[in-house]
Amino acid sequence: MNRLPLDPSLAPPGTRNFRDAGGIPADRWHADQNGETLVPTHCCFCGVQCGMYLRVDRGGKVFGVEPRNHDINRMRLCPKGINAYQQVNHPDRLTAPLLRRSRDEPFREVSWEEALDHTAAEVRRIQAAHGNDSFGLLGGASLFSEKTYLVGKFARVALRTRHVDYNGRLCMVSAAGANKLAFGIDRAANPFSDILLTDCLLIAGSNVGECFPVMTQYVWGARDRGATLIVVDPRETAIARTADIHVALKPGTDSAFFNSVLHVIIKEELDDEAFVGARATGWEEVREKAAEYPPERAAEICGIPAAQIVEVARTFGRAPKAMAWHARGIEHHSQGVENCLTVINLCVATGNLGKPGAGYGTITGQGNGQGGREHGQKSDLLPGGRSISNPEHRRQICEIWGIEESELPPAGTSMMEMVHQMRRQEIRGLIGICNNPFVSLPNYATVKDGYDSLEFHAQFDFFLSETAANAHVVFPVTTWAEDEGVMANAEARVVKHNKAQEPPAGVRTDTWVICQLAQRLGAGAKFAFPGSREVFDELRAASAGTVNDYFGITYERLEETGGIVWPCPTTDHPGTPRLFEDGRTWHPDGKIHMQVVEWHPPMDPYDDEHPLSLTTGRTVAHFLSGNQTRRLGALVEQTPRPWVEVHPSHGFRNGDPVRVVTRRGSEVFPALVTEAIRPDTVFIPYHWPVPTAANALTIDALDPRSKIPEYKVCACRIEPGDRIDEVPAPPTAPGHVAYPDAQVSRTDPLPPTSPQGRGTAERG
Amino acid sequence: MMGRTIFIDPGRCIGCQACVSACRECDSHRGKSMIHLDYPDEGHSVASLPTVCMHCEDPVAPCAEVCPADAILVTADGVVQQADTTRCIGCANCVNACPFGVPKIDLQAKLQMKCNLCYDRTAYGLAPMCATVCPTGALFYGTLDELRAERPGVQVADSFTFGDVVVSTGVAMVVPADKVQWPVPGGLPIVEVNGKAVR
Repeated sequence: MNRLPLDPSLAPPGTRNFRDAGGIPADRWHADQNGETLVPTHCCFCGVQCGMYLRVDRGGKVFGVEPRNHDINRMRLCPKGINAYQQVNHPDRLTAPLLRRSRDEPFREVSWEEALDHTAAEVRRIQAAHGNDSFGLLGGASLFSEKTYLVGKFARVALRTRHVDYNGRLCMVSAAGANKLAFGIDRAANPFSDILLTDCLLIAGSNVGECFPVMTQYVWGARDRGATLIVVDPRETAIARTADIHVALKPGTDSAFFNSVLHVIIKEELDDEAFVGARATGWEEVREKAAEYPPERAAEICGIPAAQIVEVARTFGRAPKAMAWHARGIEHHSQGVENCLTVINLCVATGNLGKPGAGYGTITGQGNGQGGREHGQKSDLLPGGRSISNPEHRRQICEIWGIEESELPPAGTSMMEMVHQMRRQEIRGLIGICNNPFVSLPNYATVKDGYDSLEFHAQFDFFLSETAANAHVVFPVTTWAEDEGVMANAEARVVKHNKAQEPPAGVRTDTWVICQLAQRLGAGAKFAFPGSREVFDELRAASAGTVNDYFGITYERLEETGGIVWPCPTTDHPGTPRLFEDGRTWHPDGKIHMQVVEWHPPMDPYDDEHPLSLTTGRTVAHFLSGNQTRRLGALVEQTPRPWVEVHPSHGFRNGDPVRVVTRRGSEVFPALVTEAIRPDTVFIPYHWPVPTAANALTIDALDPRSKIPEYKVCACRIEPGDRIDEVPAPPTAPGHVAYPDAQVSRTDPLPPTSPQGRGTAERG
Repeated sequence: MMGRTIFIDPGRCIGCQACVSACRECDSHRGKSMIHLDYPDEGHSVASLPTVCMHCEDPVAPCAEVCPADAILVTADGVVQQADTTRCIGCANCVNACPFGVPKIDLQAKLQMKCNLCYDRTAYGLAPMCATVCPTGALFYGTLDELRAERPGVQVADSFTFGDVVVSTGVAMVVPADKVQWPVPGGLPIVEVNGKAVR
């Protein structure tokens, strides 16, 4: 490692001291001689959950970031993490509740009392007229686990509605569904550190270099040891550029590819019959199905050479220890669950499970993508990963919550389905917490129509998001640096975020707002939580004895250890970084349930009018709907706007306006001409609102099991555009200036470069 | 090559610009990034390459040699500092002299700025901001032995040719082990000046 031991003795007396505090000193956080305090916490963005220090000045304000030698990231950070602190004291922060009676009026700043009373009155009015289920709640996976627990409890105990879901529905649910089916437990099977021990690493549908940059340290660490790297992605991403094998398949053909890889592994006897025989069920059926996918057939479906399929099978199958990690690239499909199952089948068939350097994982997109689905804010789940349809599970939770079983609503619907229910007036009121569907949901026209149909809509946020700008009430809430709580990262490692500064005047925590609303809805006694710690204690108790057991995890332990991987049933239990080491899964029979997968084409059919595949994804400088990143100067400067990535064979030049047309609509983007994408595929990053929104073009087809939208493939055509659509400035509250530049000087004489160097250099 | 220095490995760079953002956080030039992130083969490859000050050793700091105001100082341990704000006149001689194109001029402030190896950190044994955060290790701070312990068999170069001039640097570059070339060709070959062939 190129990290010096940050020994305090290295710093001469009287100098700035950046030392890694390690544990927590008696004065809680170490303060240096300048009156600056370093508060250990984690990044608010992706599922890697890098450790960092926030620098706090004498006045108690966050003003910078300092790398932290945490186990996960060992000082490393990505540009989002480095600039994240700029959100905290950003001039665009909402500092007073906003209210309007109708969408025709401008917002006015009101007191907390008025905003809360009005919201509670609207809930009561709508539910009295149309029933409890006419009011919905949408949570988010960037919330601390304590808050996700509260969201689920608030929906079922205070609102008494079945309609609660969260934006992890757009992110993690395909992997979750596959994990549950195969293993009976929903999390990655191995920690990141196992990547360093593997001999062959397969990364499917994950632009690791841009979406999870700090994970690349593990990828390179494995390669430094001689591991081979296989990347499956229609685009040549930064991580694919130097891979040993880059499989640039056609979007929407993943399961055919993996079935075919399995076909070759079986044919060449590279499978581990002893392991599968002892540990799995369903192997015979999976074998039979794989036999239907010879490389020649799959090569035609996937648009790749058959020899490459054989090469991948041999590389993966012959490796003493192999691992597969995947992300949204194979999950955002109408066959997302099935795609994940084919990857699981590959790992199981080769015996790569439950060993150091051998296993399987999914990389969560949001900071709490893992924890966000464990504690009851998903429409079909209760805390501890319990099923809301299981009578025994319902009984247990009702006992903890102190309600009658008859009072607990049944399962609800998914986020996109709720939008359709809004359009049909089945849901007339909605509270949204920490999400921005106007940018993040597919088929924007439908989403806008759904939200416009609402009689009442309230949002919680710290910036006025595009969705909040459409609401009746907006509650100004804290950023991650102004509250404490836990998140579970992609390894299922629970980490604690610490409070670095007091929230600005007029801002409250999500916890406080939810409890206040619950009080006004007559459920105050069940929501008497002074802060996150008390919620976490109830969450621990609610998860005790379940698959997602948090009971042994306490704030104090997290502060001492830097993170504990669940399940952790007792307070002296070390956590469970690697699953299946004892040979058992969480199914009652202890076996891995292998599932048969049949490939089917994507839901949006190709024809002469729409011959190309449109795929969407992220860019390194922005995060999800961009609400947190599109206002930070450094990140805006790095990537100011979206583009459409096209192959040179289409005849466009860099910067040409290109109209992308799908069955949902059309928009014009500047072309980024690159050989790093398939000729039959175009790519648009999705972080921006209309008229530059990739999600105005995407299809809202859902996976039948996980209900995840098919973001990653729809049929389109491209044609010359007339003019490039400009990115609108982010919405702001009354009296705020749009788009203040947080930190960055614009006198930088560096020439502008295309995003990630993907475009052709045509700089006059 | 200095004992503890930066090693640049373009093969590992993912172009994420974490170094660019981190450089802005450095307390000696907060708000301004001194990193150059280039894309050498745009449109054909996503390859990228970070450039920091190479802290030239022989000839020692061409930028400092041509400075009429003696504003660029070199420390005893070979770190070429950014311009002393009390001396710099913003003439841009250093910009023209640097074979690697590193220094920048802030035209409004009439001030040269460049990477100073995060002297506020490295002087106390810490790594520079860019190499601290680099997710892939494309920017590595340490000794050659530490680099080789982490990446067995790695080859590095610390001298570059510009025409007939060879420049040896304090910062080193990782070169492909199977294509070791010594010294590394730097910059573009100069073939003519004012219409006359010079080679």
